[in-house]
Formats: sequence, C-alpha cells, structure tokens
Amino acid sequence: MTETDIQLDHKGRLKHFLTTEGLSRQLLTDILDTAASFAEVGGRAVKKVPLLRGKTVINLFFEASTRTRTTFELAAKRLSADVLNLNISTSSTSKGESLQDTLHTLEAMHCDMFIVRHASSGAAHFIAGQVAPGISVINGGDGRNAHPTQALLDMYTIREHKRDFPGLRVAIVGDVAHSRVARSQIHALKTLGVEDLRIVGPKTLIPADITALGVRVFYDLEAGIENADVITMLRLQRERMRSALLPSEHEYFACYGLTEKKLKSARKDVIVMHPGPINRGVEIDTHVADGPHSVILQQVTHGIAIRMAVMAMIMGAATESH
Amino acid sequence: MRLRIRNGHIVDPANGIDAVGDVCIAAGKIVSVLAPNPEFTSERVIDAARNLVIPGMVDLCARFREPGAEHKATIASESKAATSAGVTSVCCPPDTRPVIDTPAVVELIHQRAQLNNTRIFPLGALTHGLASERLAEMQTLMKAGCVGVSNGIQSIPNTEVLRRAMEYAAGFAIPVYLYPEDYYLRNEGVIHEGATSTRLGLPPIPATAESVAVSQALLLLEQTGGRLHLGRLSSARSVELIAAAKKRGLPVTADTGICHLHLCDTDIGNYDTSRHLIPPLRGHQDRQALRAALAEGVIDAVCSDHQPHDDDAKAAPFSETESGASTIEVLFPLLYRLVLEKSLTLTQAVTAVTARPAGILGIDQGTLSVGAEADLAIIDLGRSCTVSREQMLSTGKNTPFTGWQLTSQVTHTLVHGRMVYEAT
Repeated sequence: MTETDIQLDHKGRLKHFLTTEGLSRQLLTDILDTAASFAEVGGRAVKKVPLLRGKTVINLFFEASTRTRTTFELAAKRLSADVLNLNISTSSTSKGESLQDTLHTLEAMHCDMFIVRHASSGAAHFIAGQVAPGISVINGGDGRNAHPTQALLDMYTIREHKRDFPGLRVAIVGDVAHSRVARSQIHALKTLGVEDLRIVGPKTLIPADITALGVRVFYDLEAGIENADVITMLRLQRERMRSALLPSEHEYFACYGLTEKKLKSARKDVIVMHPGPINRGVEIDTHVADGPHSVILQQVTHGIAIRMAVMAMIMGAATESH
Repeated sequence: MRLRIRNGHIVDPANGIDAVGDVCIAAGKIVSVLAPNPEFTSERVIDAARNLVIPGMVDLCARFREPGAEHKATIASESKAATSAGVTSVCCPPDTRPVIDTPAVVELIHQRAQLNNTRIFPLGALTHGLASERLAEMQTLMKAGCVGVSNGIQSIPNTEVLRRAMEYAAGFAIPVYLYPEDYYLRNEGVIHEGATSTRLGLPPIPATAESVAVSQALLLLEQTGGRLHLGRLSSARSVELIAAAKKRGLPVTADTGICHLHLCDTDIGNYDTSRHLIPPLRGHQDRQALRAALAEGVIDAVCSDHQPHDDDAKAAPFSETESGASTIEVLFPLLYRLVLEKSLTLTQAVTAVTARPAGILGIDQGTLSVGAEADLAIIDLGRSCTVSREQMLSTGKNTPFTGWQLTSQVTHTLVHGRMVYEAT
C-alpha cells in the first residue's frame, strides 16, 4: 500500500491526512489556497464559519502538546465543530488499555474525526487503518515520522514571504534524526519544487541515507545556510545530551546555534522559522528569535488556518461521498 | 508399517543421492534407497513419480511457544504445522518461560514433543535465566538432553561473561549457538538503519550491531576454542567475516532465516508489522550477499526462525509490536523459489534444511541412509498455492508473505516410518 492509497478517497480527495509524502503538488497547493481563504476568519469579530456544524472532532493526544492541540481545537471550533480533548497519556493507556480498545471505545461515541498525536512512528497510519470507514484521521505528529499540518503551515509561511517555491534555497538545521517536522517539510518542499534543500547538523543527528530524500547534507552551519532564502531551526531536546549524541548545549550552540553573526551568510531577506517551542540559547539566539527575520509567531497564526483548511477539505469530501 | 515409496526423485545430500527410485521403510527405519529391492513386501505403496523425496527437514530455529506463551501457540499446534510442511526436527532456543535453564524444562518439552510428531531438540541456556550475568548449568542441561547452549536473542553486553561462557562450554565440548547482536548498537532499534528507517522515522539498528558482534564472537572463539554456530545472519559484512574465519579454519557454522533471503527493509512499506523482524530485514545488497553465501556454503543452513504470534502482538504502531514471523509452513516453498530463480541448485536447497543443520546439531536425522530413522517428506513440485492466513495450520497467522504465489507442496510426511501428514 502506498502513502497516497490510504490518505485519498477514490476521487483523489483527502480522506485522512497522515503525511506530506506522496501527495501531489496540486493537492498541497489546494490546501495552502484553502487556508488563505480561512486566514481572514481569525480577523473577524465573529470568528466562526459553519462548515463543520454538527460534527464531532476528537483531539486524541497520546503525547503532551500545547500549541498543536490548542490550534487544532481553535481551528475546529472556528469551523463550528464540537471538540473533545483527550489526553490519553494520563488515562487509558496507563490503565493498560490497548490502543485498539481505546479507538473502538471512542468510535462507539460516533465521532467524525480524530486528530492524533502519538510517540510512535506510524501510529497515525495504524489508527487510520483501524477506524470505521466514516471516520477521518489527521496526524498531529507521530514519533519521528510526520507532522504534516506543521509542515504545511511552514509552506504557507514561506509562500507568504517568497511567493513561490522553485528557485528557493532552504536549510533545515538541527536534530533532523529525531524530527517529524523535518521529514514532513522535506517531502512538502521537494514536491512544491524546491531543488536546493539542505540539511545542516552534527553527524550524530543526521539520519542514515537522508540524501535519498533529495537533500544535501552540511555539517557546517555557515556553509549550509549560505545565501539561504529560508532557514528552519529544529528544536533540540535536552535529553540528547544524555545519550552520547552531543557533548553539551554549550558546544551545540557554538556550532549550530543561529546567531545574528552567522545569519549574515544567508540572504538579506532570509526568513527564520521554528516549529516551537524554542530553546533560546540552545538552537537559536534570542536576538534572532525576536529579530526582523523571524517569522516564528506568524507560523503559529498560520497554523490555525492550515488546520481549518485540512479539516474542511476532509469533511467536505466525506460529506459529499455520503 | 512396511512402506514402499515408488519412483520418487530422491535427493539425499548426505549420501550424494540425486536420482529416481524407490525408498523402502520398515519398523521405522529406512531399509533400502534406490535399489529395486524386489523381495521387500510392503503393506502400502506410495506412487511418488514426478515428486521429490527428501529427508524430513531439520529446522535450526523455531519457537513452538511452550512453555510460557501458549496463547500464541503450543507444541501440539506447531507440530501439526511443521509436519504439514515436511519439517520433522526442530531446534528450539531456550527463551521459553521459564527459560530452559533447568533439566525440568527440558523434560517438559521432551514430554510434550513425544505426544506430538515433531522431534524437538532444545538448546539450553548459556547464562542463567538468559540474564547474561552468570553461567547456566550447561553440562547438567546437556545431560538432560539439550543439543547445545544459547542465550536466545538476548545479547551479552559483558564481554568477560561471553568469554567465560564460551570457554566453559568449550571445556565440555558443548556447542555454543549465538545470535550475534551488539547490545549497545542495537539500542532501541526496530528496523535496519538506512533510507527506509530514515523515511519512516523508526529507531534504527545499524548493520554494525550484527557485524561487531560477529567479529567479537569470532575473536573470542579463537581464544576459547570450542564450536560456535552463529544464527540468523542478516548482513553482507557478517557474511564476509564468517567466510574469512572459515578460510582460516575456525570451527564456526552459520545460518540465516528464510525471510531474509526474500525480503528487504523496503518491503516494510508503510509500517507493515508482519515484517517487523529481529534481526531486521536489511538492504537489497545484504539479501543478495546472503543468497550468494548460501550457494557458496559460507552460510551452512537455512532456518525458518518460526515465531508464531497472536494477532494482538502485531496490531499496534510498528515499534510497539512484537518481532518475528510465522514461517515454518513456507520454509521449503521459499527455498524452492530460490531454486526456480536459479540462486541455488535443488541439492543446495535440500542440503541447507537437511544434512547441514543435522550435522550442526550433531543428530542422526536429515538423511535417508539405510538404517536411519525414516523421517522423510514427499513434495509435489508441480503444485502451487497462494499464501493466506486461512490455509495456515500454525496458530500464529503472522505471515509476511500474504498473497505470494509459491510453488511446491508437501504431500506426505513420515516420522519414524509413521505417516504423520498426508495432503488431501
């Protein structure tokens, strides 16, 4: 089974949204365009459209999250859906309930959509393969595999600033090995036409054979971001220092922390992105995070529009098929 | 029963036989092979014309899940599966629950085996409880009927413990069966490290997790002496190391699992948990190297590495599922596929599941010698079938080969001259 098989219905419309891998350029562009039409809803006095009225969306979070969960919740509410937040890491699984049983229990409550976050790669695929035919699954991040709505809000942000993708030089910097954001970004950027895509980080955090995904690898930050139009910084989790991958935060920041000085090797109009939450002084200097090139807070705003777009497109296709 | 198997294509590598003729059996033993033997009176004659007649297969690694995991399978259920596939002898690793580190467990397995039709040759524990800390009572276990010692798939992180275990075993001429895996390089990994692990974002196991352990074991073997069997090799580099060691005359043998001769990491597709195996499925080049090594005799034998599971064990996100595949029923058809693909000759394929594994285990099976136990399989090479969970006899339906069209089907299996399986 290919990625596209499970994600699309027989008319090629989104049924689940699990990964950016294998989706067409047209479909990705459609999502960005739909998001653009929702972007103004947030600016209204009454921030609601009735597209998902009567639908029930369950935020099924097996792993802690603040911004992803809240932006999905806001997006669903702005589409007039009923939203239920379930933090499973502190309930069922700790009582020994299997993932399958949790799913079947929730299905029995007649919901329409699961937003899933899970610590295991492939969890969203697994859940999409398990749920009843009428239920759609959106991946809110699974292990190191994918975080497709994050990648698309990043694409949206890039398009806002750079108009189009071909010809851009994009650098993804940091802990690529453990990053679902990086993987989803790579697939989306390649599909949207970015040819000069760079991965920058210490060798211990660059996964094996990543060049198979069509990227170039740099172990030197300044060389990697030279003349870049877009830089995405990845969050570095502190536990990496304890696992023989890195010597210290100090050395990491010295080598890979994005400072104003290092940023000079990029293009003058470079934008700096970060999926958050940021570690100031570890992967990014405060002056850069809050500086004129940073679009980090715009990314959060765009996240709501992207999530509205994905939910609306999936529900639109589902309603039409019934 | 006095039985004549008539006009079969007999392949018995131990005796260099590859010819058409009769096999006569009486009192559980082989009475004559190839020779017309006209004075032999038989109660039954099986016409094996156009069929293959081979020694009952000897599987170097199969888990029948008893004792300890009877919800997955039992010796009774898996014996049926094995005999239907022409496998009449299996070697089982000591990682049962309880572990095979006391004579009582050996006795229990032997008792269960006697009630069923497959001969089971247990390996005793190399370290107590397989905890890799202190030595198991190896000599006691051998006296109780084990054919060697092993640490199952638990690697031994402490090289001093490994050295002493090998050394102690060598002193009693007990063969040591190791699954080569470096504890630290394995880490939390669940899939071969490469483009697929990167694409799927699954914790990787580098090929060096195996090759480092292989070199370590080979170097220690030089020092300790004794006999070493390395089980379930998966990588090209390991094969090279073993080839070099054999060339230098080290007493080492090796096997690989049948899945690794057919599948690669890319076949995991999008988290196909039926292909979650340990050792992990590796790259295309590794698979080619394993095939070549088998043909060259660097890899001596092919085992099923049969691991039946209940459905729940495979129904979860990939890294949370249990590893292993239910494979004993496709052992021969998958080997024969390599013959059809011209990777192996028929004799090489049969050798890898009869004479060589029997030789490694030091048992009398795996041959059709006159006077030997009449364990044999008759195989129709013209029949084919599509693998599906419905037609599997193993209670573990976790096959990674669903939908594969496989050629060859066992029509009769004999153990000690008794018909233990006959296809309908």
